[in-house]
Amino acid sequence: MIRNLTTRLVIILAIAALAIWIDSSDKFIIRNPIDQTVLYQRDVSPRLGLDLRGGLQVLMEADLPEDANITAESMEVARTIIENRTNALGVAENTIQVAGDRRIVGEFPGIQDTDSVLATIRQTGLLEFVDTGDVSLPEGTEVLTDFSATGEPVPAPEAGEGGALPSVYHTVMTGADLKTVTVVPAQLAGSYQIAFTLSDNGAKVFGEHTAANVGKYLTIVLDKKVISSPRIESAITQGEGVITGNYTSESANAFAVQLRYGSLPIPLKIVETRIIGATLGEDSLQKSMLAGLVGMSIVILFMGLYYRLPGIVADVAILFYAAVAFALFKWIPVTLTLPGIAGFLLSTGSALDANILIFERIKEELRSGRTLEQAIDLGWVRARSSIFDSNIATVITSLILFWFGSSFGATIVKGFSLTLMLGVAISLFTAIFVTRSLLVFALKTFKPKNLEFWFGI
Amino acid sequence: MNILGKRYLFFAISLLVIVPGLLVLAIGGLPLALDFTGGSLLEVSFPGAAQQPQPAEIIALYNDLGVKDTQVQTTDVGSLVIRSTFLDDATREQVLAALQERFGTKPTVVRFDSVGPTIGAQVTSRAALAVSVAALVVVLYITITFRGIAHSFRYGVCAILAMIHDVAVVFSIAGLGALFLGWEMDSLFLTALLTVIGFSVQDKIVVFDRIRENSNILRRLDFETLVNHSVVQTLQRSINTQLMTVEFLLLALALFGGVTLQEFSVLMLVGLFSGTYSSIFIAASVLVAWEKQEWKTWFGRNKAESAA
Repeated sequence: MIRNLTTRLVIILAIAALAIWIDSSDKFIIRNPIDQTVLYQRDVSPRLGLDLRGGLQVLMEADLPEDANITAESMEVARTIIENRTNALGVAENTIQVAGDRRIVGEFPGIQDTDSVLATIRQTGLLEFVDTGDVSLPEGTEVLTDFSATGEPVPAPEAGEGGALPSVYHTVMTGADLKTVTVVPAQLAGSYQIAFTLSDNGAKVFGEHTAANVGKYLTIVLDKKVISSPRIESAITQGEGVITGNYTSESANAFAVQLRYGSLPIPLKIVETRIIGATLGEDSLQKSMLAGLVGMSIVILFMGLYYRLPGIVADVAILFYAAVAFALFKWIPVTLTLPGIAGFLLSTGSALDANILIFERIKEELRSGRTLEQAIDLGWVRARSSIFDSNIATVITSLILFWFGSSFGATIVKGFSLTLMLGVAISLFTAIFVTRSLLVFALKTFKPKNLEFWFGI
Repeated sequence: MNILGKRYLFFAISLLVIVPGLLVLAIGGLPLALDFTGGSLLEVSFPGAAQQPQPAEIIALYNDLGVKDTQVQTTDVGSLVIRSTFLDDATREQVLAALQERFGTKPTVVRFDSVGPTIGAQVTSRAALAVSVAALVVVLYITITFRGIAHSFRYGVCAILAMIHDVAVVFSIAGLGALFLGWEMDSLFLTALLTVIGFSVQDKIVVFDRIRENSNILRRLDFETLVNHSVVQTLQRSINTQLMTVEFLLLALALFGGVTLQEFSVLMLVGLFSGTYSSIFIAASVLVAWEKQEWKTWFGRNKAESAA
């Protein structure tokens, strides 16, 4: 009926063992057996989506006209900045993803204090103009300043390496006093400069400082990181000034955007917020788990009663399928949501369907008088085309839906199609490889005499 | 067993299921949830409050904050579901602060959904686009896979016709649910619809595959007998896969799945049943009707007879 049965069984057992290992642990660690050093490790704790454990989901959109040209890089920069900001809140497991051309989805499962996360996302970066005296600092340098948003005194810096105290620079003015920032052509053809205007208060402070510090450096700092360090060429007392430098059109624009919107290269607005209370999520999780268990038990019972020996084999294969699928979800990791569970359910249906197709075929072949061996071989051969063709159609559909889901930030569609796709792939393997090997093994081991009974013809 | 001989009876049954619900939708409009229309939903409970706030008080409170179109429902578990136009983040905080001030207890946010109006409209059009693209690709795929037999293009078209039937059934049930049980079409509705579509196409291919196989073996049979024979051969599988396994899983979900999932699982239950039903009674039947070009006799039967 099949060759290399032993090899097949070993492969199946190995996969099953690996899957159960991953299913039952939160961390996958391979140690060197000799000195116990960790060779490989991966976090395989289960990821539950917002709808199953509560949390916050935010969809942000570029606050620019529809036809505005938004580069993928600037979206990526915005994404990274938001990720860094929210990570600083100590939120675990959050994911921030770019969705399509102009949207960013942030998900914060399990979070209770949604207000502080939303506030953090909304805030623009802190832009400061600091007096660095005679020093021009390179871009990206982290600095300490004496400005604090809360008005409380800044704590004294701790001694750095070598015992030297890092310098704390004086903040002359913050970005709040910038009124407008525009890019204008400079005198030299093809080069650009940045023109800005200041609020009344800003004009006063700026005027006093620049008048007293001509020739010194006024460094522009964003979230305590230097973005530019221009020299004061002359006093700026009218509340209007320009920053000159070696700017091209692009670099001048990028700089202007940073000045205008704080750290984010693109202004973002929140267009969708979802908050799911922890109790609602937990309730959904428990109920769908219960439903899943009850449903699976009935299905397993039915398969065993109706298809007898092959049915019991299929039950083992379905359990194998569930264990492998769950392990894979934990490994990748796939965040499980209610739609994700629906996708998984549908693929479980596919897995069962494949088995049922084969068994019905075997029964037909047995009824038409073939021997058991022939019937089993023909069952698989003849059912294969319908199993493949129908499942490939499903994979095509789920690929299209996945593309739709990820390019649009429609996370439910994405979750659904991802679990469906993975599930269908595993179910194909289970039906074609696992069920068959196990059935042949069972027949060889038990050598059933009464085929009418054992195959339920 | 002659199943396909009664095909017009089954067409009539389908119409009987589809038409009432679609009529409800045509008259009352689609009961779209805020996922598609934009707007916001705030579900709060007031644990430990001596008295639950009255809906009218909440509507007044929203009005004071300048939020319009407020509707309030109370749930079985004692929480309040407040629907209104899109609330931005700042307004949401104001609402919660006002609720706390007005009713003396800090409200617990059970759920909050707020979708900007443009997003909702785009989700709808993009979802429709994705489904249409998927349908087109499936027609193409079936046409290519079944290229070995005559008129393979018809198989793709019939699969899609049957899929549209299933989509119509799901919409119809959702329409009836909206009328009698206050259901809304939300993102879970979209998920159910996608699942039904996926399952529907998969099921059609299984039946078509049998027709393909039989048309190579049983060349002498006329087309209707051939298709009927194939349907009967796959019937046991259809019933077992469908009723015995998938529907059991869904029934369990409908019974134990809690409020969030009930609507979803009922839609799937009916939709997936329709998926199997339509493989036989729509896809295979239309295939036969197409082969015999039956539409020629629908309206001008007498003329056709006299001509013959």
